[in-house]
Amino acid sequence: MTSYELNVNGTTYPIDAEPSRNLLSVIRDQVGLTGTKEGCDDCECGACMVLLDGQPVNSCSYLAAQAAEREVTTIEGIMTTEELAPIQQNMLDAGGVQCGFCTPGMIMSATALLARTPDPSEEEIKIGLSGNLCRCTGYAKIFDAIKETVVSL
Amino acid sequence: MEFSIATTVAEALDALQNGARPVAGGTDLVVGVRHGKSSFPDQLVAIDRLNELKSIDASDAGVRVGSLVTHAQLMTDPLITDRYSAIADASALVGSPATRNVGTLGGNVMNGSPAMDTGAPLMVLGAQAELASSAGSVLVDLADLWTGPGQTSAASDQLCVALKMPVRPERSGSAYVRLEYRRAMEIAVVGAAASVALNADGTIADASVALAAVAPTIIAVDGLSTLAAGRTVDEQLLADVASAASEHASPISDLRASDTYRRHTVGVMAKRAFDAAARRATGEVIGIPVNRAIGIGAAS
Ligand SMILES: Cc1cc2nc3c(=O)[nH]c(=O)nc-3n(C[C@H](O)[C@H](O)[C@H](O)COP(=O)(O)OP(=O)(O)OC[C@H]3O[C@@H](n4cnc5c(N)ncnc54)[C@H](O)[C@@H]3O)c2cc1C
Ligand code: FES
Ligand code: FES
Repeated sequence: MTSYELNVNGTTYPIDAEPSRNLLSVIRDQVGLTGTKEGCDDCECGACMVLLDGQPVNSCSYLAAQAAEREVTTIEGIMTTEELAPIQQNMLDAGGVQCGFCTPGMIMSATALLARTPDPSEEEIKIGLSGNLCRCTGYAKIFDAIKETVVSL
Repeated sequence: MEFSIATTVAEALDALQNGARPVAGGTDLVVGVRHGKSSFPDQLVAIDRLNELKSIDASDAGVRVGSLVTHAQLMTDPLITDRYSAIADASALVGSPATRNVGTLGGNVMNGSPAMDTGAPLMVLGAQAELASSAGSVLVDLADLWTGPGQTSAASDQLCVALKMPVRPERSGSAYVRLEYRRAMEIAVVGAAASVALNADGTIADASVALAAVAPTIIAVDGLSTLAAGRTVDEQLLADVASAASEHASPISDLRASDTYRRHTVGVMAKRAFDAAARRATGEVIGIPVNRAIGIGAAS
């Protein structure tokens, strides 16, 4: 076992866990935030995407202990008030959410994309989401939601 | 497993000497364990907070790229995209934004995969790996570093601290191209990097080509400089480069491609990389990565 502090969405959580535990399982089972999803558990699908110091990371394949004392942001952390963040609202409005399983990961990748490229081209949007799979929407409406967010920001 | 986070290079070297294995981004190490390809070592030391290994420093001797520089940094750094373009071409193809954000150059090199994307570019750019241990530092040629699939000649107490490359000659360019079946989250089916330096009259002064995923390690195509020197870049030369690359390859057949297909396509990749490198040597700007700029790769 190893003990460390994990900062998630601005709150510090004391963690005692095996050092081989992945960040995803610690966020879900120990911190208790279940918005971040486990799809493939294999670094392929992006459902587990979180931000580490603002940059996207596949939490299923990242050691939780390695994230100690850094800033982890999950889907629960991107709303600042009781209102949805613009990208969340636009995903709903554009029909970018069907079963919703990929949505938290999509939104985290989109958030990182918009932070580094405030006005992305279609190609940049595709590259920005290239680590996220969606089996429902066909992606077009997710791209629309991102473009709409650019316009409304 | 015991786990520690190193805050200085000396601490990391101590940990290695005491039997720990380093983890940088973990995109090979952690993912490999989760795939069941390997298991966690008894001791692991995280090296990703060693800020002194995260910079790209230019000097009169060339460039020194810290081993913790990420693919995301490499694909956008002006010195790399401009003068060591083949590396940027390669880094821009790695995984997804998340993979490129945590995956490091040192991890790519030390993982020793024959399909690693930065390997062939580093080889044509004349890179050496700087390996440090408590006993001191040594520079190792890449041809001596990679000894087989997933194997390097580095001792377990040696940490790769940087990749060093000489100054680029005048009128030179480099490029990396890979065959891929999809545009992201892909591993090279085959890949080729080329470096070309031109004389003032436009003929070739010097050239080199290296290949990925067609042998147990990244390999250089021997005799390429002799084959190309003094000639102009034309269809015949490109065809000769393709044949030399194909002849040099000793590919395997697997789920992804047959040996015959790999041998043929690595020639095609070599010729395209050579052409792009030569065009860059004339000052033509070809976007990073070449795969996207000139439409190589997945059928579109
Ligand atoms: C989804 C996905 C897609 C990928 N796509 C590509 C791709 O397209 N092309 C490609 O080439 N690779 C790809 N990779 C592989 C991987 O991302 C790269 O090889 C990356 O550069 C590894 O860096 P890392 O810092 O994550 O290495 P780690 O996993 O931390 O380390 C890899 C190995 O090197 C050792 N090591 C790390 N740093 C050092 C050091 N400084 N000194 C000594 N030993 C060291 C570790 O002990 C380990 O054995 C992909 C991986 C994933 C998960
Ligand atoms: S669960 Fe992490 S990438 Fe699929
Ligand atoms: S909405 Fe179902 S996987 Fe994307």
